Amino acid sequence: MMGFPLFPEVASTIAKSVDRLYFFLIGITVFFSVLIFVSILYFAVKYRRKPGRTAEQVSEGLGLEIAWTVVPFLITIVIFTWGSSLYIANSRVPDQAMDIYVVGRQWMWKIQHPSGRREINELHVPVGQAVKLTLASQDVIHSFFIPAFRVKQDVVPGRYVTMWFQPTRAGEYHLFCAEYCGTSHSAMIGRVVAMEPEDFQKWLGGVTEETPALAGERLFSDFNCVNCHATGARQRCPQLGGLYGTDVQLEGGAHVKFDEAYVRESIINPNAKIVKGYPPVMPTYRGQISEEQILDLIAYIRSLTPEKGQ
Amino acid sequence: MSSEVVSLYREHYLNCSYGVRSWLLTKDHKRIALLFLLSITLFFFLGGAFAVLIRLELLTPQGDLVESETYNKLFTMHGIIMVFFFLIPSIPAVLGNFLLPIMIGARDLAFPRLNLLSWYIYTIGGLFTLAAIFSGGVDTGWTFYTPYSSTYANTHVIATAVGIFITGFSSILTGLNFIVTTHKMRAPGLTWFRLPLFVWSNYATALIMVLGTPVIAITLLLVGIERGFGIGIFDPRLGGDPLLFQHLFWFYSHPAVYIMILPGMGVVSELVTCFSRKRIFGYQFVAFASLGIAVLGFLVWGHHMFVSGQSPYAGMIFSFLSFLVAIPSAVKVFNWTATMYKGSISYDAPMLYAMGFIGLFTVGGLTGLFLATLAIDVHVTDTYFIVAHFHYIMVGGMVMAYLGGIHFWWPKISGKLYPEGWARFAALVVFVGFNLTFFPQFVLGYLGMPRRYHAYPPEFQVLNVMSTAGASILAVGYLLPMVYFVWSIRYGKAAGDNPWDATGLEWQTPSPPPTENFEETPVVTWEAYDYGSKETREKEPQVA
Repeated sequence: MMGFPLFPEVASTIAKSVDRLYFFLIGITVFFSVLIFVSILYFAVKYRRKPGRTAEQVSEGLGLEIAWTVVPFLITIVIFTWGSSLYIANSRVPDQAMDIYVVGRQWMWKIQHPSGRREINELHVPVGQAVKLTLASQDVIHSFFIPAFRVKQDVVPGRYVTMWFQPTRAGEYHLFCAEYCGTSHSAMIGRVVAMEPEDFQKWLGGVTEETPALAGERLFSDFNCVNCHATGARQRCPQLGGLYGTDVQLEGGAHVKFDEAYVRESIINPNAKIVKGYPPVMPTYRGQISEEQILDLIAYIRSLTPEKGQ
Repeated sequence: MSSEVVSLYREHYLNCSYGVRSWLLTKDHKRIALLFLLSITLFFFLGGAFAVLIRLELLTPQGDLVESETYNKLFTMHGIIMVFFFLIPSIPAVLGNFLLPIMIGARDLAFPRLNLLSWYIYTIGGLFTLAAIFSGGVDTGWTFYTPYSSTYANTHVIATAVGIFITGFSSILTGLNFIVTTHKMRAPGLTWFRLPLFVWSNYATALIMVLGTPVIAITLLLVGIERGFGIGIFDPRLGGDPLLFQHLFWFYSHPAVYIMILPGMGVVSELVTCFSRKRIFGYQFVAFASLGIAVLGFLVWGHHMFVSGQSPYAGMIFSFLSFLVAIPSAVKVFNWTATMYKGSISYDAPMLYAMGFIGLFTVGGLTGLFLATLAIDVHVTDTYFIVAHFHYIMVGGMVMAYLGGIHFWWPKISGKLYPEGWARFAALVVFVGFNLTFFPQFVLGYLGMPRRYHAYPPEFQVLNVMSTAGASILAVGYLLPMVYFVWSIRYGKAAGDNPWDATGLEWQTPSPPPTENFEETPVVTWEAYDYGSKETREKEPQVA
């Protein structure tokens, strides 16, 4: 047995503010629990059945009824406002956050840093830097949970979800899958290693692996994307250089932001949103391409500039 | 009491006919209630056995007692059996069935044959589920989340889902029967605001059963269709949406929580008044709180999905509505407590259970506020905090109320008194065992231990050992009543018509009641819980 903690570590910017609200709620809970327990016990003893004493019938009190309707209501309004504003504030990703991509599958977490470093069931992050995770699931619903950071996000297949945190203390923390995902659900665990920035840079550069953008370039030709998306006689589809992050006009007049979600959707379900002026000729790659490959393709498309564009 | 006279033979619902046929073909709501009592008790102990195995596995951090696959089946079957085959039918189908007609002065429910059919449907659904268990089980969790359940699981999902699908109709029929009975069969003079609150809360429960249960039936059918025919509904690989399932599932399963707790609240209103010799404090507030909970309960399902990727604004609306549903629950707790004020309180076992209910339900309800709070829910959802919270409501609340009710009405049901000393002792054991089992789980949850984990990091062991120790105490607390109730059937003292000196109509008919409940239809001229003026009324019997 190693230690006997009663409270989780506090290791992110969010954790402190969540804990503050938690202690407030504990205060409310203790107050009302004690109020009810003590009242019950006090009444039970004071008004215990004794010969010669009968109950006094008091069974109405409009003032009391109003009080114990309104007071709890006001308290819940306070909790609601506090909890919601914190939640909304926490759901806003800071602009300078660094990107990391995560794919969950039965029963492991695969993590990909834009510089090329890949890891499994481990996530290395720098202290003092906001980190934005973009997560996808290859199969069923998983949930990315770091108790020390007080963050959790379900990873639902068929879409990208994002979450973010900013570690405040170097150390190793639990990483759990929190949504039941089958046989080895409880083995879908790992650790988050928060490192001082200079250690992190060293770690990041420690291994030279193919960057996602390079892997994506290879896939771009392996899957024959290049045939239609390249300039030249056979070009039937939009050129992708410089599109990432811009607004694209669609057939029918609507606009869509050209981002991860749109690229993913266009690969899986190409006819959902057709770019204006192009025929709906792209075949679906559903079932032929893994979530990790899609992430590589996104990294590649993201790296394209108008000049470099195919 | 009239025990000197009772020694003569008297025909009642238990001795009016004998033999298996007379039970399996009975249309008497009291006998059907006993059929349900027998069936749900079997399921309770089966579900309890699974819980024991779960707690034993969690004694050590390593998954060393059973394989992870077995463990997953254990918690799945524990959940399915306890929710669908014990908690949902428990109070309505047993106590509601037995008491609702008697409490309103009727001879039976509105549709006696439908009532019997309800038990048969329940049994067939139960057998289906048992067959699924014994042919290998199911490992999806009781929540059947897609696409795991619809595509990936390799266990008996369809058989289990069919079992639950079938059982749902039993709920619907019971609900329908209660609604019609309450509207059409009240005795002369028994206006809505003279009804015992047990009837109000069962009525509110019946509304949820009728409106909500079809949704879970449809949802499970859709899972079956996707699984059986590969038609894409929930699995994104087939073009479906996994979150659609969660919306549909919780649209029923959150109100189902109120199906489980509302009847328990009704029981507690009966117990607190009787053992305090008091009218209920704020009758109308307690009555309308039941309806308020039933209605608001349908609007809060999204709070199960705060981290599922639904929009933050949807999250805020569901959070707000969830706080609202806490208000009527709080109102009830305050009114029960106030009912004890200036009462004449005795500590009989049913009252101990009622006091236990109020305390534990308060803790369960207040910890529910944590889960309704968006920023906190993100951290504690899907951890042991959730497990602790809903066990405080379901076990600390509902099972306490159920046991309190069974003790309270046992003399009426069986005609015999249970041994009071043992019963008080068991109530105490249950209370202590319960808190030791589930309180450490709140701490575990905030520490971050996820639910449904077969193995866990070693630093969580101490709290898990405490929890398992508590569970073994709890098991003793549940086995004791089994023993002394059965004992009392043979050796218990004759109860007499009204051993608690209570006011309800059910206490004005002999114990056990005659098949037709009342020799003459009673006329009601008094309010519920008329403890103050009871003596005067007894001098002037009101029988038409």
